[in-house]
Amino acid sequence: MTAAVQLAQNDPQPVAEANGRSKVIARDVNVYYGDKHALRNVDLDIPENAVTALIGPSGCGKTTFLRCINRMNDTIPTARVTGRLEIDGRDVHDPEIDVVQLRARVGMVFQKPNPFPKSIFENVAYGPRIHGLARNKSDMEEIVIGSLRRAGLYEEVKDRLGESGTALSGGQQQRLCIARAIAVSPDVILMDEPCSALDPIATAKIEELMDELRTNFTIVIVTHSMQQAARVSQRTAFFHLGILVEQGVTGEIFTAPKDQRTQDYITGRFG
Amino acid sequence: MVAEHTMKAFDADLQDLGRIVAEMGGIAEQQISDAIDALDRRDAMLAQQVIASDARIDTLQREIEEKVILTIARRQPMAVDLREIVGALRISNDLERIGDLAKNIAKRVLALDSEFKSQRVMRGVEHMAELVLAQIKDVLDSYTKRDAQKALSVWRSDEGVDAVNNSLFRELLTYMMEDPRNISICIHLLFCAKNIERMGDHATNIAETVYYMVEGRMLGDERPKGDKTSMTMVPFDA
Ligand SMILES: Nc1ncnc2c1ncn2[C@@H]1O[C@H](COP(=O)(O)OP(=O)(O)OP(=O)(O)O)[C@@H](O)[C@H]1O
Ligand SMILES: [Mg+2]
Repeated sequence: MTAAVQLAQNDPQPVAEANGRSKVIARDVNVYYGDKHALRNVDLDIPENAVTALIGPSGCGKTTFLRCINRMNDTIPTARVTGRLEIDGRDVHDPEIDVVQLRARVGMVFQKPNPFPKSIFENVAYGPRIHGLARNKSDMEEIVIGSLRRAGLYEEVKDRLGESGTALSGGQQQRLCIARAIAVSPDVILMDEPCSALDPIATAKIEELMDELRTNFTIVIVTHSMQQAARVSQRTAFFHLGILVEQGVTGEIFTAPKDQRTQDYITGRFG
Repeated sequence: MVAEHTMKAFDADLQDLGRIVAEMGGIAEQQISDAIDALDRRDAMLAQQVIASDARIDTLQREIEEKVILTIARRQPMAVDLREIVGALRISNDLERIGDLAKNIAKRVLALDSEFKSQRVMRGVEHMAELVLAQIKDVLDSYTKRDAQKALSVWRSDEGVDAVNNSLFRELLTYMMEDPRNISICIHLLFCAKNIERMGDHATNIAETVYYMVEGRMLGDERPKGDKTSMTMVPFDA
C-alpha cells in the first residue's frame, strides 16, 4: 500500500482527536431574504475543538449559514430564519438570549481584514472593554498581549502597539482581527474566507494559527480553496443552491465524496 | 465516465496518463507471451527482443511519473481525479515490474544449456502464463472501463495460478531427484514459474488499484492464498 493511498483513507487529523461533542447543532434551518429561499432544511453538527470547513459555489449560502450562528442575519431587515440552531444545547433564537453576549461568545473574522481606525492595542482591547473583562490596566495589557501572541502577531508589532491598526499589512491586519476576535474568549470563531486577500506566507500563518486555536475554540471557516479546506479542517460540509449536500470527515470528502455534486464541485467540474 | 473539467487541459492530462498506462499494458502482455514462446522454443532471438522491449516500458513509466508529479503540482487534484492520478502511478509501477519479470524469463532462456525438455513441465509453465495473461488482460480491461466489479473478480481469481505453481514445483522436484543433471534447468524453470506467479501478484495489485480508483475504498486483505511452496526468491540479476 503506498503512503499516498493510505493518506486518502485515513483522515490525517481525525475528529476523534477532538472531544467528539457537538458545539453547534443546526436542525431544519431555513433562511429567507424576502421571497428568496437562501438556505433549505439544513441539518449540521459542528464538533467542538475542531475546524469545520464550509465549501460550495458562490451564492450557495455559506455566509448565510455562518451568520445564523451568531444571529448576524438579524441585522438584515428582509432576512427570516426558521428552525433550531443550538450552541451548547441552547437555541440562539431563545428570546432570553442576549445577542450582544451571543456575539461575544461567537467571534467572527471576515474576508477583508477590517481593523478599527484605532491603535493596534485599542483594536484588541475594544471587545474586552465593552464586555468588562479586564478589572484594571494590567489585566487589559495581559489580555491584549496574550491575544496578539496567540494570533501570532505580537513579535511583529510589540514595539508599535500605539500605531494605527490600518497601517499594518493585509496579513497582519487579518491576524489583528483574529486577535480581536479571540480577546473576548469566545467559544466559537467564524471565519468567512479569511485568507482570500492574503499571500501564501500570510495564509500559511493563519492556517497554522487555526490549527493551534482549535484546541481551545470551535472554528468554522468558509473557504473557496479546496486545498485550504483539506489542510485545515477535520470536517467539511458542502453546500449547493441553499442545500447542505454532503458533510463528513474532511479526508473522505476530498478523496471519495459520496454525492456527485460534491465530486463535480471539488474537482472543478461545475461549468 | 465523469463529466469534463472546466479546465480542458486537465482532461487532456488525465487522458494522457490513461493512454500511457494502456500502452505499457500492451507491451507487458506482449513481453509475457513472447518470453514464454521463447522459453518453449528456446528461441534466443525472441528472448533478446523481449529484453530489448523492456527499455520502452521503463521510459513510459518514467514519463508517467513525471506527468503525475507535474499534474499534482499544477492542478492539486481532488477526489476521483486524485484517485485516477495516484492509480496511474501505481499501475505503471506494477506494469514496469511485470515487464522486468518477463525480461528475467527471457534472460533465463539465454542461460539454458541443457537439452532436458519435459512436455508436462512446459505445459504447466504455459498454463500458468495463460492464466496470468488472462488476469492481466482482464485487469487492464477493468482499468480502461473503470469497472470495479471486473477488478474485483480478477482480485479473487488468484488461486488457479498458485495451484498450478504448487504442482509444477512438486513435478520439478521429482525430475531433480531422478537425475542431478536436471537440477540446473529445473531451477531455471522454477524461477520462471515463480516469476509468472509474481506477475499474477502484480495483476492483483492493479485490481486493488482499479477498485480504489473507482470506488474510493480499499479492498480488504483477505485474499485467497494457495501458494504453499514458500520459496525464497533469489534475484536472478545479482
Ligand atoms: N442581504 C441579502 N438580501 C437578499 N439576498 C441575499 C442577501 N444576502 C445573500 N443573499 C442571497 O442569498 C444567497 C446566499 O448568499 P450567501 O452570501 O450566503 O452566499 P455564499 O455561499 O456566502 O457566496 P460567496 O461564496 O459568493 O460568498 C445568494 O443567492 C444571495 O444572493
Ligand atoms: Mg460568502
